[in-house]
Amino acid sequence: MTPPTLQVRNLRTHFFTRAGVVKAVDDVSFTVDRGKVLGLVGESGSGKSVTGFSILGLVDPPGRIAGGQILFKGQDLAGLSEEAMRQLRGNRIAMIFQDPMMTLNPVLRIDTQMIETVLAHEKVSREEARQRARDALGQVGIPSPEERLRAYPHQFSGGMRQRVAIAIALLHKPDLIVADEPTTALDVTIQGQILAEAQKLCADFGTALIWITHDLSVVAGLADDIAVMYAGKVVEQGPVTQVLDQPLHPYTVGLIGSVPSRNKRGEPLRQIPGMTPSLLNLPAGCAFRARCPRAEARCAEPPPMAEYRPGRHARCIHPYEEAVAA
Amino acid sequence: MTVFLLRRLIQAAAVVLAMSLLVFLGVYAIGDPVEILISPEADQIERERAIQALGLDLPLWQQYLVFLGNALRGDLGRSFVFNEPALQLILQRMPATLELAVGATVAALIIGLPLGLYAGLRPNSTLSKGIMAGSILGFSLPTFWVGLMLIMVFAVQLGWLPSTGRGETVEVLGMRWSFLTANGLAHMVMPAINLSLFKISLVIRLTRAGVRETMLMDYVKFARAKGLSPTRITMVHVFKNILIPVVTVVGLEFGGTIAFSVVTESVFAWPGMGKLIIDSINVLDRPVMVAYLMIIVLMFITINLIVDITYSLLDPRVRLEGKA
Repeated sequence: MTPPTLQVRNLRTHFFTRAGVVKAVDDVSFTVDRGKVLGLVGESGSGKSVTGFSILGLVDPPGRIAGGQILFKGQDLAGLSEEAMRQLRGNRIAMIFQDPMMTLNPVLRIDTQMIETVLAHEKVSREEARQRARDALGQVGIPSPEERLRAYPHQFSGGMRQRVAIAIALLHKPDLIVADEPTTALDVTIQGQILAEAQKLCADFGTALIWITHDLSVVAGLADDIAVMYAGKVVEQGPVTQVLDQPLHPYTVGLIGSVPSRNKRGEPLRQIPGMTPSLLNLPAGCAFRARCPRAEARCAEPPPMAEYRPGRHARCIHPYEEAVAA
Repeated sequence: MTVFLLRRLIQAAAVVLAMSLLVFLGVYAIGDPVEILISPEADQIERERAIQALGLDLPLWQQYLVFLGNALRGDLGRSFVFNEPALQLILQRMPATLELAVGATVAALIIGLPLGLYAGLRPNSTLSKGIMAGSILGFSLPTFWVGLMLIMVFAVQLGWLPSTGRGETVEVLGMRWSFLTANGLAHMVMPAINLSLFKISLVIRLTRAGVRETMLMDYVKFARAKGLSPTRITMVHVFKNILIPVVTVVGLEFGGTIAFSVVTESVFAWPGMGKLIIDSINVLDRPVMVAYLMIIVLMFITINLIVDITYSLLDPRVRLEGKA
């Protein structure tokens, strides 16, 4: 049996700051297989981006991976040397960033930025690299790619720049793409196009995709599985339709309830009271306790991750057992 | 581009005109050259004749108009002291100052960029802290003192380098240059280092700040995510971005280096424009002072133009257009 594309086991990424240890990612586990999409969902500061950067080995000091395994096709990335990691990055594992206005270097032409990516991993001629770059641009739906290659990033719109970033990620047909909120900064229409593009990709090349977002509606249409993060921990995970239809964890329920389009007209919008706790001094026990409508004395003990239904895990001692009308 | 250049030319003309008026008034206010130039024993008739010969008997506004009229024909007056055209006097000394300033700027870039890059990439290492402390010294030590120390150590104690003058020169394009002969180059080393000390510190600090800022940008992280080697990220992605502020500041500084090389030229008896202007101020040689200042103004305008054009080459987002 071939190992899954990516298997993250008990990953801990901590930031050792002067004010104390920030447990940005604390005991996170999930699996993504060939051609599958995992939606990593959570509020700002829940640790979803840091999880993504950990997989690519791009956590900047004072942060570092403090424990756990990142098994990429069976090989543990957490223990790899920087040079071995560099050879994987952009080659077998690619990443797409949140803000397309910032990810491309403003003073370098598109062709420079694409060709260097090809040459970083393969010994081919510049001409061949250029051809690959042009094909990749065409693949993500950029019209007249030959001309656009000679353009600078500021000559593109935000959506186009994100397409270029995706094209760069595709250059080596990676096994895994980590997409960190790639559509958050874009128009809805462009967002739709990019999502369709991503879906097609996974189907065509069998690429595994981790789609980091705070937008549940994006995940609903795109992902196969979902992992909901809160304060550095995965609080619930499972197949996307099941989790969204029958959430177990009160936080997931609150998150789904916060989507405005699910609200009845005229009723006040629902929201989760309070705000995410500071990662510097998390309360003991369940981090969501202070905002949870079902919190009780037992929640002061850290809740274990438990399988409540087949394939459905949650980190809560009293999950919603029956379907809640969210 | 053409519209841009045309606009800049008109702006430049206006600046030159305004400056000429200011310079003329300012120089007039410094003192009366008659007192210095004409011997105290001269009688009234001799004085009158001298004053008339120098054109100093006319009212100020007429003197200015005469000056302006002559200037338009390329005549900035004759030196009271040397009795030579002021422009020619200055142009003769310009190569010496220019090669010194260029030498200092090149030294600043060659030394400052690598040190700044290192300090920016490894901000916590001991060497970086040493570099930064050194750059504070470069900023704060007075030029003349450093010049004297250099002479004491390298010329007097060690005897490695000559302390004064330009040494042998070669004539190229009708001007005499030192940097083309070994002897002249040896003469240039100390003054150029002396003049560049401040600029080296400036380049170090600019580069370091630029690197620190750029390293945090998303595009650097994206470049790492693409699997590029650290060398490529630093030398292409980071370096090209930090060149923008460095070119701007060093370019603008270049005018200042020429204008204020006075101190270095005096210390090393370097026969450049700076030394000439100091001598001229001492004897209130008005035409030379005015001509010198006008040339400096022109030089600043030209340098700014070159900086703008270089800037547009480095930063594709800047396009030179007629719009302000």
